[in-house]
Parts: sequence; structure tokens; C-alpha cells
Amino acid sequence: MNASPASPQVVIIGAGPAGVRAAQTLVDAGLRPIVIDENRRAGGQIYRQPPPGFVRSKKELYGFEAAKAEALHSSFEQLRAKIDYRPDTLVWNCAPGQLDLLHAQRHAEQTYTHLILCTGALDRVMPFPGWTLPGVYTLGAAQVALKAQGCVLDGRVVVAGSGPLLYLLAYQYAKAGADVVAVLDTARFGDKLRALPALLRQPVTFAKGLYFIGWLRAKGIPLIDGVEQIAADGKQSIQSLRWTRGGKTTEIACDALATGFGLRSETQLAELAGCRFVFNELNQQWLPQRDDAGRSSVPGVYLAGDGSGIAGADAAELSGRAAALALLQDLGLPSSKAESRQLAQTLRSNLQFRQGLETAFPTAVHWARDCADDLVICRCEEITAGELRRSVQQEGTVEINRLKALTRVGMGRCQGRVCGAAAAEILAHATGVSVADAGRLRVQAPVKPIPVSAALAAEEQI
Amino acid sequence: MSKTADKVIDTDVAIIGGGLMGTAAALELRRQQRSVVVLEQGWCGAQASGVNYGGVRRQGRAVCQLPLSQRAHAIWRRLEQTIGSDGEYIASGHLKLARSDADMQELIAYRDMAAAYGLELELLEADALRRRYPWIGDRAYGASLCAEDGHANPRLIAAAFARAAEQAGARLLQQSAVRECSFDGNYFVLINSRGERVRSRFLLNCSGAWGKEIAERFGETVSEQAIYPNMCVTEPLPPLMNLSLGVVGGAFYARQVERGNVVLGGGRGIGNLALDATRPRASSSFKALAALTEMVPALRHALVIRTWSGVEGETPDHQPVIGPSATTPGLLHAFGFSGAGFQLAPAVGEVLAELVTKGESSTPIEAFSIKRFAVPQPSKEESKV
Repeated sequence: MNASPASPQVVIIGAGPAGVRAAQTLVDAGLRPIVIDENRRAGGQIYRQPPPGFVRSKKELYGFEAAKAEALHSSFEQLRAKIDYRPDTLVWNCAPGQLDLLHAQRHAEQTYTHLILCTGALDRVMPFPGWTLPGVYTLGAAQVALKAQGCVLDGRVVVAGSGPLLYLLAYQYAKAGADVVAVLDTARFGDKLRALPALLRQPVTFAKGLYFIGWLRAKGIPLIDGVEQIAADGKQSIQSLRWTRGGKTTEIACDALATGFGLRSETQLAELAGCRFVFNELNQQWLPQRDDAGRSSVPGVYLAGDGSGIAGADAAELSGRAAALALLQDLGLPSSKAESRQLAQTLRSNLQFRQGLETAFPTAVHWARDCADDLVICRCEEITAGELRRSVQQEGTVEINRLKALTRVGMGRCQGRVCGAAAAEILAHATGVSVADAGRLRVQAPVKPIPVSAALAAEEQI
Repeated sequence: MSKTADKVIDTDVAIIGGGLMGTAAALELRRQQRSVVVLEQGWCGAQASGVNYGGVRRQGRAVCQLPLSQRAHAIWRRLEQTIGSDGEYIASGHLKLARSDADMQELIAYRDMAAAYGLELELLEADALRRRYPWIGDRAYGASLCAEDGHANPRLIAAAFARAAEQAGARLLQQSAVRECSFDGNYFVLINSRGERVRSRFLLNCSGAWGKEIAERFGETVSEQAIYPNMCVTEPLPPLMNLSLGVVGGAFYARQVERGNVVLGGGRGIGNLALDATRPRASSSFKALAALTEMVPALRHALVIRTWSGVEGETPDHQPVIGPSATTPGLLHAFGFSGAGFQLAPAVGEVLAELVTKGESSTPIEAFSIKRFAVPQPSKEESKV
């Protein structure tokens, strides 16, 4: 990499809370970063903006977070003229010093000397019987429908899973007029009690959670915790959801299910950029190594926001700024070291709250042991839990990339972004090792599928 | 001292490299009642053997390879009995396309030459070609069909050979890189990354792109450079291409797998000899995709879901190194297959076993001798796809 301090080419990937604050910090220092974002409008997932012309107010869209959303959106509007903004652009590959892009079905290339990866997160998906039925959505997808398109899942909606997004989405849906018929929490009340001390480190956030729960109760929406073994049934699409609680099975009729079990960092670009990864117990995921300020193991590559460990939108804004300050320091430009230290401290303390959330909403660790052999784990390639277990038993597979090679798990359109976590848990359980020891699923470009026609257009240009 | 001594593993044959060549040899040697230890630095079949294109092709090979390739073909036809898995092997046919009259003349000349080795090829003019394969576009000038060539899934084949060798009694030491290797006049002694010692009468260097490095430890002169073939795969598509496809000049090669994905290769990625240190190159992927869709226009609308590369050893004349060492008795080489070893592997395994048990190969392998690198100007032979 030819990082010349005289003419740095800084590229920020992602225009969510982390990316916007990173851009703002660099602009304030007199730089003109390129900001590449897969979405059409800035805001990321949490402050996702509807297409122009949609009329729901920020209060309706973001509730308690309306002021923060407004602040971020208006910050970005002010930056627009001072940055090179590339919305609706997928970064599908990252090599040292160069990015491969896809915009409007065309391939393009972009060089960089410095990169701030603000790639965000996606839902942690846990397979359960019926999870591939039409009508079953992730919490994130259900929320995107609401924020981006102003529509909700049709008919009777069950919201199920774990994590703080569960109650938030149920609240947002019910408030928007959706027919939420039940909220099923796989965590138990006891888990939340144990998490209380850590959660009270952020009393405002904690209070919001309580508010959602109280509001949903007041509307008479059943909230059921300690739910186990959820299963969707239906012919063409979901028609009902079953679960057990205290040994008793209950079933509810529904037309749609929004489900999620927390979030997972989107780390593909960091891996393609060559960043060193370490297994993170809190996130139960391999994450790119970063220092307090967000420096990765690769000089010139910085990490901010949920893409390198789930910490939430507020922390993302701070870590975006922290990464940009670190970048400025590394360029030898003026930057407040005291502020960097302060940001690092705040972010560390935020982690304690995050630890509390994991306690309150633990991942259902037994599901990998309990799930039936005929359960589809990899929906792209239609690979079942039984096939994975057989590979362990008959072929002695102990490593996740070998499991992929031998069974095709994670080899489909999603490239393991959706099924990788579940496959690793099944492998770990079947071999009796930790998820960390099962290894890390290697990433290959493209990060998301790219059309052959884009490649052809690129060839014609040459 | 005693601890290390405790760990000496005595065996008739030690094999460096748990890829297809090494495990095919291990399997055959077990059939001949020889004890075998395979040392693999990563996982068996996870390198070039497992990530290559999967072409099971005789058509297009250099004359000197045809006897070996024919021998391999016979083994492929009874693969399931040999390794207990079909590895998605299908004798689909291999069609080599011409894009010009000059290409066609090359195919005609090859057909005439190959007939002497029992390889039957059918030439198709443009009209006949499109009548039989309506999915082939107008740019194709003609083609040569080898009806009994085909393709297989290398991920499964390489693993199945390793498993078959293990079940036959070969000892596979995986995650076991060779740190030291020497010959004391009677025995080879290898020390791996776990500190285990392996002592053997014979040593097989089946180390692919790392073959040169192993050979040089025994004072051999050999030219081998690492290459990184560039590969892509599309999403699963409805059945379209019912055979393996290549083109004169080698701009691309493509096959549609059972699941529906189209696997294609062409050009080079980048990398080095560290494990998992290869990556594909977008420009290579684009060129291969452009060349493929020129011949198969329907694929213009597909999505590419993954690209990858792997590391392979290539020699200046594109011929492998197979046979006895020029310096060390009992050392046998099989590496440097220059991107065309997949189909040959089962026959190479048998040849290596013959060399161990009988001291000679029943299939001619003189062209592949390592001695050819000792002379200043090795003869150049045409070989590529």
C-alpha cells in the first residue's frame, strides 16, 4: 500500500451511525472521504430512511430514537457537499489498496490508502422447524419493511426469539397498527434478573426496554418468556406457531412470524482486507481484532460500529468518531488524544451493559444438541443437521471449512452469513469442542452475489 | 531423548502430501500390503486436489500423458468400487470448442494424433454443434467431443481417496507439516510439526506446489513455480450444460454440477505458498465469464456467488514430475501437475505403487523424469487445454 500522508484516499464503508460520525470527524479535519453505502439513503439499519416522498414522521419511524435519527440524518445532509458519497453501492470485494464495487448493475473499482469499515450487523438466525416457510422473517427484515417501505407483515404476526430488538419490534409493529398476537421470548425472567446490575449501567436504555414491555402489556398483547422449541407449521406458508414452556406445548394461529436471536457482525470485508481475527466469547463470533480506537491488525484499516462487535447505535457513533480520530493521528494530523482516551473509556463501559444484555437474552445453547436431524440448517443448499452430524461421525470432520467442503453447508447464496453460526454450533456440539475450536468459516468474494452481466460490462470497458 | 524416540513411527512408505496423488498412492500401496504413513500439513485434500475445477478429461492432453490418462480413465469408470463414493463423477462428455477455422484445424490435428492412443474424438461443425447443443451460442465455430470424458466434484473425490486410504490401513497424519527430512543411506527420517518421527524405506514426494521444496532438500534440480488458478461458481441454475466445456486456447472451462451451479475457471488468482494464502482476482473472473458467456449466452443472467483460487505447481513444459529421484534411492516424485493432475491421480497412485513394489512402471513415464531439469534446455512439449 502506498499510503502517502500528503494525499490520503480515505474510504468509509457504511453510512450508518459509525460511518456518518467517522465522515464528519474527517471532514472537520479538512479531509474529503469517500463514503460508500449499500443503502440508497444514509442512516444504516437503525436510522434507516424511507425512500424520498414517504411521509411517516421521524417520531413515527424511530420513536424514542427520533432525536438521534434526526441528528444523524441532518449531520449527514451537511456533510453531503464535503464528501464523495456513493449510495446504493455494494462493496463486493476488498483487496489491499483496492475495492471492487457494484453500482446500478455495473462493476467499478476504487483504490484506498485508508479504510474505515462500518459494515454493521445482521440478525443472528437460529434454525427451528419451519424456519424456511414463507411468512417467516427475521426481526431485522420485519423492521426494514416498516422503516423503508412503511408497511408491516400482513395478518396476525408473532414476534419470537431473543434480544432487545424483540420487544422494540413488537412495540413498533403494534404501534404502526400491525396485528401482533404474541411476543415469545426464549430468555427467562430469571436471566433478566441476573442481568439487572449490568443493565442498570445504562438506565435510560433499560427504562426504554421496560417501557416497550409495559406498553405491549397494556395493549393486551401476550408476552411469554422462557419459551422453548418453537416450531412453525403451515403448508404453503406459516399458519401457526408451536412452542413449549415448562413442558407444556402451546400453539397459536398466525400469518407471519418475525424472529431473531440477537445480532451478528458483518465481518466479510474485514476478512478480505486481511484483518486478523480472534474469537469473541461475548459475541460468540470471530471478530476482527481492534485496539481501543478501532485500529485493525492491518495498517490503514480501521473498524467501527457493530461490524466488529455488537455494541449498539450510540456506541457506533462514538466508535466511528474514535476510529476517525485514530486515523487522523496515524496521518500525523491534529487530533485530540484526550478525546480519544475519553471515547475509549466510554466504549469500554458500554461493553459492560452489553454483557448484561447477553445475560438477559442468552443464546439458546441447547438447540444445537436438541435439534432434529431433518432440520435444514443451510437453506441455500438445503443441508440438514443430520448431514452435518454424519460428516462428523463418518468422515471425522472437526473443522468448519472442511465441513463446508464435504457437505456444502455455507456454500450457497448467503455464503454462510446466515447459516454459518448454526453450522459451527452443530459441529462444535457433535465433536465436543468449543465453537472457537471448530474454526472460522473462510470468506471469499463476492460478499454478496454479483450478476455475470456486471462482469461482462466491466470486460467491455477494458 | 527417550520421549522423541518413543514417537518413531516405522513404515514401509512415507508420503509427503495428503492430496489426491499421495492418498491414491497410499490406497494402492495398502492393497499391496505395504505400510503407509501420509504426512499432510493441513487437511487431506483441502489444497489443489480439493479446490480445482474437477475436470476428468483426456482430450487435449499432450501425447506423453495419454497412456497414463487412459489408465486413469479405466479407474475412474469403476471409481465407486475403488473409493466407496462416486464423488459426483459423471462421464458427461467433454466438448472443446473452436472459435475460428484455425482452432478447428488444431482440433482436427489433435483428433488424428489421439486416435493412435485409443482416444476417440468426434468433430462437430457449427450446424451439427448447435443442433446437438442448442444452448451453445453463434460464436462457436465447431467443436471436438470426447464422449467419455467428464467431470467430478474435487471436494468429495479428494476427501474420499483420503478416507479410502485410511480405511485400507494407511495412517494419515494431518496438521502435520514436515519440518525435517533426510536419508541416512538406508532409511528416510521425517520429523513433523508435532515432533513425531517417521522412518521409512521409501519416500513419496506428492507435495504439489511444495514439491520442488521437498525435492531440493535431496539435492534435486527442478523447475516448478506456484500458480493460482482462478475459479468462480454461479448460483444453482436449471439444467443447461450437460457436459464439461473447454475452448481452444483455454480462456475458460466450465461444467454444471448436479446441484445446478456452473463452476468455471480461467486465468490466474494471486497468492503464495502459505496455507490458505490464495485469492481470486476479479479481472481473471471477468475474463473467464466473458469468454464463457460468449459461448453460452444464457449464462449472462446468472449470479456469481463465490470465487476462489488454490495453489498448484507448474513446470516450464507443463508436464508433471513423476518417477524416481535422480539423487536418492527410494525417493519417488509425483508433483508439478501444472493444473491438469486431477484426472491422472488414480493412475499416478498405481504407478507409484508399482515403482515401490516392482521398481518399474507398466505405463511409460519417461517424459516426466526429474532428470529432464538437469539438462540446460528441456524439450518443450505442447500440452495445455
